[in-house]
Amino acid sequence: MSSDYEYSDDENYFDDGDDMDTQEDAETFDEDEDDVMGVDFKTDDKGKRKAYELDYSSFSQSDVEDLMKKDIEYICGIFGVDSGFAALLLRHMAWNKERLVEKYMDNPDKLLVAAGVAAPETPIVPPNRLKSPTASQAGNTRRPTRTGSKLLGFGSKSSGASKSPTISPTISPTSSFSVQPKSPTSSEPFTCPICCDDVPSLKPVALDCGHAYCSNCWTDYISAKVNEEGDLIVRCMGEGCALIAPDSFVHSMLIPDPTAPIGDAEKEEANGNTWKRFQELLVRHFVSSNRDLKYCPYPGCTNTVSCPSAASKLSLTSVVPTVSCGARGIGGQMTQSQQAQGNLGLAGKEHKFCFGCPIDSDHRPVVCGVAKMWLKKCRDDSETANWIKSNTKECSNCQSTIEKNGGCNHMTCKKCKHEFCWVCMGPWSEHGTAWYSCNRYDEKGGIDARDSQSKSRASLERYLHYYNRWANHEQSAKLSLDLYAKTEKKMEDMQITSALTWIEVQFMKKAVEEVDKCRMTLKWTYAMAYYLASGNQKDLFEDNQRDLEKAVEDLSELLEQQIEPEMIPTLRQKVTDKTVYVQKRNEIVLDDTATGFIEGRWKWNVSVDGFDDPENTD
Amino acid sequence: MASISAKRLAKELKEIQTEGCPVGVNLLRADDFQTWLFSIEVMGESLYKGEVQTLQFRFDSNYPISSPAVQFLVRENEGIRAPIHPHVYSNGHICASILGTEWSPVLSVVAVCVTLQSMLASCKKKERPVDNDRYVLHAPENPKKTQFHYDDDTV
Ligand SMILES: [Zn+2]
Ligand SMILES: [Zn+2]
Ligand SMILES: [Zn+2]
Ligand SMILES: [Zn+2]
Ligand SMILES: [Zn+2]
Ligand SMILES: [Zn+2]
Repeated sequence: MSSDYEYSDDENYFDDGDDMDTQEDAETFDEDEDDVMGVDFKTDDKGKRKAYELDYSSFSQSDVEDLMKKDIEYICGIFGVDSGFAALLLRHMAWNKERLVEKYMDNPDKLLVAAGVAAPETPIVPPNRLKSPTASQAGNTRRPTRTGSKLLGFGSKSSGASKSPTISPTISPTSSFSVQPKSPTSSEPFTCPICCDDVPSLKPVALDCGHAYCSNCWTDYISAKVNEEGDLIVRCMGEGCALIAPDSFVHSMLIPDPTAPIGDAEKEEANGNTWKRFQELLVRHFVSSNRDLKYCPYPGCTNTVSCPSAASKLSLTSVVPTVSCGARGIGGQMTQSQQAQGNLGLAGKEHKFCFGCPIDSDHRPVVCGVAKMWLKKCRDDSETANWIKSNTKECSNCQSTIEKNGGCNHMTCKKCKHEFCWVCMGPWSEHGTAWYSCNRYDEKGGIDARDSQSKSRASLERYLHYYNRWANHEQSAKLSLDLYAKTEKKMEDMQITSALTWIEVQFMKKAVEEVDKCRMTLKWTYAMAYYLASGNQKDLFEDNQRDLEKAVEDLSELLEQQIEPEMIPTLRQKVTDKTVYVQKRNEIVLDDTATGFIEGRWKWNVSVDGFDDPENTD
Repeated sequence: MASISAKRLAKELKEIQTEGCPVGVNLLRADDFQTWLFSIEVMGESLYKGEVQTLQFRFDSNYPISSPAVQFLVRENEGIRAPIHPHVYSNGHICASILGTEWSPVLSVVAVCVTLQSMLASCKKKERPVDNDRYVLHAPENPKKTQFHYDDDTV
């Protein structure tokens, strides 16, 4: 927005300014922004978007800071105020520019006081008397009287007071704070009322209210606010004073003038970190004020994702907004580049999260509302289901203890060689055939139940069926960390024992990653199936689920096999083929479920927010 | 170098010793810069006529940037109890915004004493906070760890 707006008494001025009223926040983040940002992590760059994918883009902290700057400049432009004050006003109005302009027009003084920009007792300069140099604070003897020219300055950006003074009734001065090396009473040495320091070199520092303290106290105070309270609102320390320190003030108290370093490296570093944290808080506040934006939840990450198509609550009944901020890894091992595949394992894990809810992983294919319900159910019933999570079970044939140490569910008892399924404990022989129905719960038992006791047992059994499979995939995903490590070792071995190059053994890594991804999908399909109303649609859903699960188990088993050098070429072929197949099955599950949500095909056995209530079957 | 809190408290102490405390407030103990004790008495007509309360201040090294932990001293076996007041819990903890969100580093120990004295003086009905039993059962040792909800902004 240009800054040539001139204040006009015409009240209709802003009503006519359609471009301003319609300036949606979303506009700031449209496609052509990508060039400016230099980053674009669209999910699909191969052309057509799949039903389970949606458009989003990722911003770094400085990208978001640029967006903030744009808004601030916009407000500076209309109000003709210092950018520090514009930032405080925007923060006060949760970055809603339209509301801010409206409120400002309505009662600027009230707004300025509420936003902590001006003190309430500050004499008000009505717009028509703008040129009269009043506004020195009554009753404040410590402060020098402000000069008229200072009063009429409008931030460092405006080239001179002659520039149309726009509409600043009360906001004064260029300097959003004042270091007062000499005050009218400079003959009296300054004693800081907080730390009681009175060395001659001590300089009083104050916001516009004139409540002066030494810079050390300001720094300590700001550090306590930012680091201990995580608060970006730094109010003046004066009792009952509501003025808020602008960012430039905070900066000047934390980052010393390069010509006058404080000379204490440890303190300088701590202050530098406080400033960094403060900047992060500013960005977080901006992001949380904007429905189109979400801050990456991964620890240590400062990226932001924009996903306007998932910003409304309504949209969350038809899409699962899985997004990624583009970075990988955690903490110190983090890398900002999506291309950098890095190592396997946690260090290389992509920052995937849900834009629509607080779940910090990919919960496709199930929508947020149902995922949330399921997680709550799991929490409520955690005690009942705890035993399932254990890593050991008894062999159903000889009762010896068997430990699970990989992701694969095909178990062989070391003692009696009985082969069985870890999940349902049934013989494995049934799992390899078309009879495979480990994923399905037989509802008949529940229907036959007459008395309340057997009814509640049936409902627990039903829950445990789904929970068991859910938890198992979750556990397998955790065990996949081991699998990653083992796979890396295998890849190294393979290079030694075969003529394959590093590139050629990547098939193992690819397969492990695919298995991991599909287990996530499978996990959430059980949450979905638990709430799906029985019928044709559920049967089809479970067919797809079964096909994916079977494919994943097959691939998982291949990956855990002993590798004989002469078998490597065959293994490579098999694994590569299976990986492609698994990928396809996963896509079918995701695509069909997503399409079903768009078509409104899925019916639930409980009432879910935003969906039709289930037909009463009782 | 002495910490800010030591320097500041030394100055406050000196002021108390040279200028004295306001009427009804007396310094009982200030042996170090960690814990101070005051006695507080409401002068004139009030519901607390004839009662003397003991107020305890605890300071950390960040005082006065961070607020002091202030509470009425309670020693059941010595018969020292917290005054009965709608903002004072039976364990001595006080729900007053000046000790929490409204704390300002320019406030002093004496200023807090005076504020609490007038809090008692203006009391209309001697009663415990409605949630007293529930709060006291789970209250942290240090009242600063409690996030009080200030329903009455007169204190
Ligand atoms: Zn100081
Ligand atoms: Zn102030
Ligand atoms: Zn991230
Ligand atoms: Zn979600
Ligand atoms: Zn066995
Ligand atoms: Zn099974």
